[in-house]
Amino acid sequence: MANKTIYQKMRTEKHSELPTQSCHGACCLRATDLGLKHGEQTIFEHIDLHIHCGEIVALIGPNGAGKSSLLKSILGQFPHSGTLEFFLPSGEASQPTFGYVPQNPAFDRNDPISVSDLFVSCISHWPVFLPIPKSLRQKVEECLSRVHAEKLIDRRVGTLSGGELQRVLLALALEPIPHILILDEPMSGVDIDGMKLLFDMLDEIRRRYDLSILMSTHDFTMLDPYVDKVLLLNDTIQAVGSPHKVLNSDAFRTAFHLGQEWRV
Amino acid sequence: MELWYEIVGILPFSWAQADGLLFMKNAFLAILVITPLFGLLSTMVVTNRMSFFSDALGHSAFTGMAIGTLAGAFAPTPCAVVFAVVFSLLFTLVQHKAHLSSDTVIGVFSSTAVALGIFIATLGGQSFTKFNALLIGDVLSVAPAEIGLLFLILVGVVIFWLISLNKILLSGVHPALADSRGTHVMIYEALFAIAIALVVTLSMSWVGLMVINSMLVLPGAAARNIAHNMRQYHLLSVLGALAAGIAGIITSFEIGASAGATITLYLAVFFAISFLFRKK
Repeated sequence: MANKTIYQKMRTEKHSELPTQSCHGACCLRATDLGLKHGEQTIFEHIDLHIHCGEIVALIGPNGAGKSSLLKSILGQFPHSGTLEFFLPSGEASQPTFGYVPQNPAFDRNDPISVSDLFVSCISHWPVFLPIPKSLRQKVEECLSRVHAEKLIDRRVGTLSGGELQRVLLALALEPIPHILILDEPMSGVDIDGMKLLFDMLDEIRRRYDLSILMSTHDFTMLDPYVDKVLLLNDTIQAVGSPHKVLNSDAFRTAFHLGQEWRV
Repeated sequence: MELWYEIVGILPFSWAQADGLLFMKNAFLAILVITPLFGLLSTMVVTNRMSFFSDALGHSAFTGMAIGTLAGAFAPTPCAVVFAVVFSLLFTLVQHKAHLSSDTVIGVFSSTAVALGIFIATLGGQSFTKFNALLIGDVLSVAPAEIGLLFLILVGVVIFWLISLNKILLSGVHPALADSRGTHVMIYEALFAIAIALVVTLSMSWVGLMVINSMLVLPGAAARNIAHNMRQYHLLSVLGALAAGIAGIITSFEIGASAGATITLYLAVFFAISFLFRKK
């Protein structure tokens, strides 16, 4: 609902005068002057973003920089100032659909919730306390196969490893296939092998479905070569560019209190 | 009811025969209706970590009864239902809006409800004794028409479950995920709270507040120890509640103890056994 009002507002406010193109034939998400206040406190302000289809964009920044809040604002869960626009490859303005992988998805180990229970309760109206019909189970298997996780279908969600859970939630966010996939700290609690697997998966997904991926992360080790663009957020966007460029910028060293000689 | 009296005659107990005790036959049927009802609700109470919350709702239902008795001798139950629903809504709202840990909010509401209930019940020097039945409950006093009402509640809860279980589950275990899938978390929390409030208020005269609270927690807690998915969870919770109910009412009659307490003790045994065989 919140999304709708934002996009309606966008059409009626000053930005409706802007030419609705400039995405060079690919679909894109464009944010102009996004800001969010919590009472007197400014969470972030003057955010300008431009994300194309097929791009993986990493949002980095120190704790409390407003990463999660910015993602939730883009999702339309937080009310914010500024405008968000989405254009189809034809240049036509449209409402984007989002897939969202939330932060810290902690399930209790003993909860009797299987991966298929989680899927069925999210993607269908079939009550999960009744036997799941074959066709619905096949649908779940199909969704899981997008992240090569069919084998996890009968596991309890609480017993999955960090990487396995992220893959399951990723599969969930991909049903239905969204325009923009947003992941909040997907690499937290995931080991090195799991991270590589997850990045390979994201790489495969953006190529196959031509969708944009925006993720926040604390881990910079694998940004290069997987990530196209890095956004350094600290109240506002401090630096934009390739992983190499942003990780070696002065803004990065200042934001993370690193010495001037620090290099990646 | 005649049909039921014939069916129950198959059982090898003196009270169940054609010339046996009518009140026991009624109570036995009431148990067959009530226990699956609580077995069902219990699953989400446990999974959504609402044991303490449902306990407080039970207290508010008692207060509702006290207010109902005071306000209208003609209709205490409707008054109680309205109060319990309002209370549960207020509860959900405060929990969402106040930046307090939920056990604090529950503690505040629960103690207020109990105090208010006792205050009203004893106003003007009244004796509290008549409310004892609400606390302990007396399933043996259930009349056929009331069993009909309990059955309607069971049907209502099953329909509610068919429509809303998925959303209640999601809202409870992962609000952020539920939110991103377009589920209004607060609405489903409130609906579930109202459902519990209604069931507790309408059934407390026969089941008793203390037993209700155990029935809302124990079957689910025991089933959770061994179940691997939602189907097993519901099946075990409902069957466990049913088995404990049947065993409890029969035992209580044979040895002469409170039916509610005996059922609860059987549930505790169910929990202990499931704990020993809990999944890894």
